[in-house]
Amino acid sequence: MDKLLIVKNLRTYFKTFKGLVKSVDGVDFSLERGETLGIVGESGGGKSVTGFSIIKLIEEPGEIVNGQIIFEGEDLVNKSEKQMEKIRGKEISMIFQDPMTALNPILSIRKQIDEALQLHTTLGKGERLKTSIELLRSVGIPNPEVRIESFPHELSGGMRQRVIIAIAIATNPKLIIADEPTTALDVTIQAQILKLMKEVIIKNNNSLILITHNLAVVSQMTDKVMVMYCGKVMEQADTETIIHSSSHPYTRGLLSSIPRFRSNHKKLDTIEGIVPNMYNLPKGCYFAPRCKYRRSICETEQPSMRETSKGHFVYCHFPLTDGDN
Amino acid sequence: MSKLLEVTNLFQRFDLTKGFFDKYKFKSWKIVREEKIVHAVNGVSFDINQGDVYGLVGESGSGKSTTARTIIRLLEPYSGRIMFDGKDITHLDENAMRPIRRNMQMIFQDPYASLNPRYKAIEIVMEPLLFHNRNLTTPEAEMQALELLERVGIRPEQKDRYPHQFSGGQRQRIGIARALAVKPKLIIADEPVSALDVSIQAQILNLLMDLKDEFKLSFLLIAHDLSVVKHISDKIGVMYLGKIVEKASKNDLFSNPLHPYTKLLLSSVPTIDEDPLVEPLEIKGEIPSPINLPKGCYFHERCPFARDICELDTPGEREIEPKHYVSCHIYQ
Repeated sequence: MDKLLIVKNLRTYFKTFKGLVKSVDGVDFSLERGETLGIVGESGGGKSVTGFSIIKLIEEPGEIVNGQIIFEGEDLVNKSEKQMEKIRGKEISMIFQDPMTALNPILSIRKQIDEALQLHTTLGKGERLKTSIELLRSVGIPNPEVRIESFPHELSGGMRQRVIIAIAIATNPKLIIADEPTTALDVTIQAQILKLMKEVIIKNNNSLILITHNLAVVSQMTDKVMVMYCGKVMEQADTETIIHSSSHPYTRGLLSSIPRFRSNHKKLDTIEGIVPNMYNLPKGCYFAPRCKYRRSICETEQPSMRETSKGHFVYCHFPLTDGDN
Repeated sequence: MSKLLEVTNLFQRFDLTKGFFDKYKFKSWKIVREEKIVHAVNGVSFDINQGDVYGLVGESGSGKSTTARTIIRLLEPYSGRIMFDGKDITHLDENAMRPIRRNMQMIFQDPYASLNPRYKAIEIVMEPLLFHNRNLTTPEAEMQALELLERVGIRPEQKDRYPHQFSGGQRQRIGIARALAVKPKLIIADEPVSALDVSIQAQILNLLMDLKDEFKLSFLLIAHDLSVVKHISDKIGVMYLGKIVEKASKNDLFSNPLHPYTKLLLSSVPTIDEDPLVEPLEIKGEIPSPINLPKGCYFHERCPFARDICELDTPGEREIEPKHYVSCHIYQ
């Protein structure tokens, strides 16, 4: 199958007064057409920076210092800002976390959808309005002919996120990057929005990169999963494998920290300690200080990425097997 | 078992049209009287036994935080009765409330906003000690504060740091130490873990449970995340638009959810469990505005099982099985 996106050895560093922060430190992955990938991890893991790097929305003092982002056979890293403007919003669009701030508060919904269509399509004014209304209908906004004239503050959080999805799919992009699209929403609304995103993506055959801290969301939404920690990929595999037979201690830790309905344990398993300081990372494996399986080599030497079974990559000196607990 | 907290038929409303010119508007050559009242809490009753954890769940806007703030009397109740430790505290004034608050402390949602940025960690914990106990000397208070900080997992050498030098989880630990300082009987925890990463959430929840046994605490736990509540509560109340629509022991609620809204909530939570607790339900609409409360059952507009009566009549609370109360016409 032909790949839509290949990311090779991506490194995005931030040069700050306090020192160098390696937010994304050698990330590799690829995405086929229509495939969905989940990037999970805790805050500071580099998930969002990975997403932003792909559409090159990295500002000073950040910089993509190394790597390739091959989208449809062309390397985006070498593209100029002008060329990127043609790709952003047309070929690759983005859904942001906070529906309160992603929309412009002083423009009506009509103007904001129209902007995307005007920039990236050749439709006339009347057609654009018609398309906009259709888009709003397709994301489940009741009475779109009237609602299209409203301003963001007149809509609820869930409705705003629907509008943002409508804008993201307006140009039928090949890839959608969604950065925590439902984190700011209530759980019943989250369920609605996730269902909508799934429907939209299947209907239009878009590829999706879903960035979230919630493994449960990922397990319902994506084909494969990449777990990140301190800028590095810890484990990568199809969703089934990650949920049921993960081999990295960090992934296992994340999974067991999730409170479950079915279990009756009074106590939750936890990952001891906290995420290390990005200015002062451990010498060996970044996860070693919190890892309950660590041995002396973990503290001195960084592991290398290895493929334990086909398509299952683990960044660990001693990957766990199904029996380990 | 004795009841530590008893809340009966609590109401809370906020008048958005306080000023004269908010209330009287000039519209099409007439002076019109307009009233906008947010009905935040509409008749909430529940009780907490000594040593229990009571979980209050619901979406944003369901009135769970307002209920908590009214109980600790940060807000004046509109009507209803709050009994704490055998004493009616509904209408106590500020001075009379002060000794009560010694036994009732709060942990807030946002560990970034609830600590004074100009106080060191140790000072944050010392403040309630010195405030509630005039006989305590500063060195004594410092000793106690240090012990508390250590108990919640802040190392002694970190005591002179300011809040911005701590991570979110650590700040929440300081907030917990502050609440514990005066040895309260009841802790009201308003979304204590929702701002934290999942691995840190588990740490904080475990800490709260350890402290509960150690300090003989009772909890009123407010959360929107059912799985969090499920983990540490003994009893649960599900709130919707200012009403508790279902209350039961944790096991009853999760093994036999009755109210359609509870089922809806349970089916909405993304999970990695294989078989879902309840069949997925078609979800429609959003929580209505508490300014214009719907007629009849507040939930009928979103309810997949709504009948004619639901639009007309407010359902009363019924005990379906022992200690399992539901307000829904289906079960009347």
